[in-house]
Amino acid sequence: MKIEIHSLQETQEFATKMADLCRNKQLVITLDGDLGAGKTTWTKSFGKALGVKNVINSPTFTILKDYKQEGGVPFHHIDAYRLEGKCQDLGFEDCFDEGITVVEWSEFIEDQLPQDHIKISFEEGIDENRTVTLEYTGPVSKSIVEAYHD
Amino acid sequence: MIIIGIESSCDETAVAVVKDKKEVLSSVVASQIDVHTEFGGVVPEVASRIHVENISYCIEKALKDANITMEDVDAVAVTQGPGLIGCLHVGVQAAKTLAFAYHKPLVPVHHLAGHIYANELVVDMKYPVLALVVSGGNTELVYMKDETSFEILGETQDDAIGEAFDKVARVLGLGYPGGPKIDKLAKEGKPVYELAKPKTQGRYDFSFSGLKSSVLQFTKRMERQGKTFDMADLACSFQECALDEIFSRVRAVLDDHKDIRHFVVGGGVSANSRLREKVEELRNEYPEVEFTVPPMYCCTDNASMIGVAGTIAYLSGRRGNASLTADSSLEIQ
Repeated sequence: MKIEIHSLQETQEFATKMADLCRNKQLVITLDGDLGAGKTTWTKSFGKALGVKNVINSPTFTILKDYKQEGGVPFHHIDAYRLEGKCQDLGFEDCFDEGITVVEWSEFIEDQLPQDHIKISFEEGIDENRTVTLEYTGPVSKSIVEAYHD
Repeated sequence: MIIIGIESSCDETAVAVVKDKKEVLSSVVASQIDVHTEFGGVVPEVASRIHVENISYCIEKALKDANITMEDVDAVAVTQGPGLIGCLHVGVQAAKTLAFAYHKPLVPVHHLAGHIYANELVVDMKYPVLALVVSGGNTELVYMKDETSFEILGETQDDAIGEAFDKVARVLGLGYPGGPKIDKLAKEGKPVYELAKPKTQGRYDFSFSGLKSSVLQFTKRMERQGKTFDMADLACSFQECALDEIFSRVRAVLDDHKDIRHFVVGGGVSANSRLREKVEELRNEYPEVEFTVPPMYCCTDNASMIGVAGTIAYLSGRRGNASLTADSSLEIQ
């Protein structure tokens, strides 16, 4: 599915709608797109809509940051940017087994991702214009993506 | 008083021995950073396995370099968080084992507190303190009314400043590490290019993601229009914009909190020469405030800062017990 976004506000709206569909699910979402494509912005709005109270900021340095959704369910934010060219087991499967995990630069840990996940790709246009591609890879992600209405 | 400090929150396994809060008897850092310039960044060995391999050696060497044994140690301090959970576990487990095997008190420490207290290695901190922590993983302004209270006044809403320097350096093809490269190149340039001014909701908060994107968009726009640009001018424009963001917030805090007596800096980005110049400017503007930018050995991720923080926490009565666990999102308190 393709979604056209024209502003920061629309990125936030898209994230909030996705949060409504993902709430209370055990799920992994991968975010792809170049530096500055809007991945962190999306994750901030998504986490906020799930009830995360703490500031969600970049996990590039520590690679993984942990938060709590409304009701104490875990929300994990992984950034594999620094893992380019490395194969190492960092125990991400523990994250994938609970709550919701958002993964940026997922291509660097592709072999560790669970089979069934949602793929969101941001393609940059001029200024704040973005083309977002929303894809599923299994039954759980399929039910969510198909329930999404622009 | 002799404290052994252990730090393993991310890329580094480090152990240090600190005497009487001020004297570093030994400081061992098993750097896990493999610099692979072909990838334009640090490729970390953050796997817990590597920390496990390093930690015993680091403890042994720290004790040996300090010319002491565990019997001489008064307490074991360790970074409890925040950081990458698997890495933190290794340090915490090692500290617990040492503490219980040798019947020594165990003192949990916050990574950020370590960066701030590292200033004690070169100066006596005078409270209330305003601390600016700027590194690859941190960008915070912390107000400390007294030695053991922390209030985060502002923090980055997206990228850490050191991360922004590294990513912009990569976009510009300057290589790694980005901070020193941009610092050097910026000296040859002028801040002539207009980049997006960061926007934040909180008066003291920071944002660097928009600025980073703005540099990227600038280079793409130039390419699209077939124009050339001066790399040094762009590096300088970016650095000025990023540091203006930092120092406008610092000034806002100093104006709002007239009780602040001492401004200190921690974290690796304090190596930036322009940042140091800007602190000098502050020194003239706020003559009643003391300003300290410590030397680099105090600023980077190491364990002497955990030894210092551990000494202060130990004296204030903070203790961990057998149930102490690493906390990846530990809040400072």
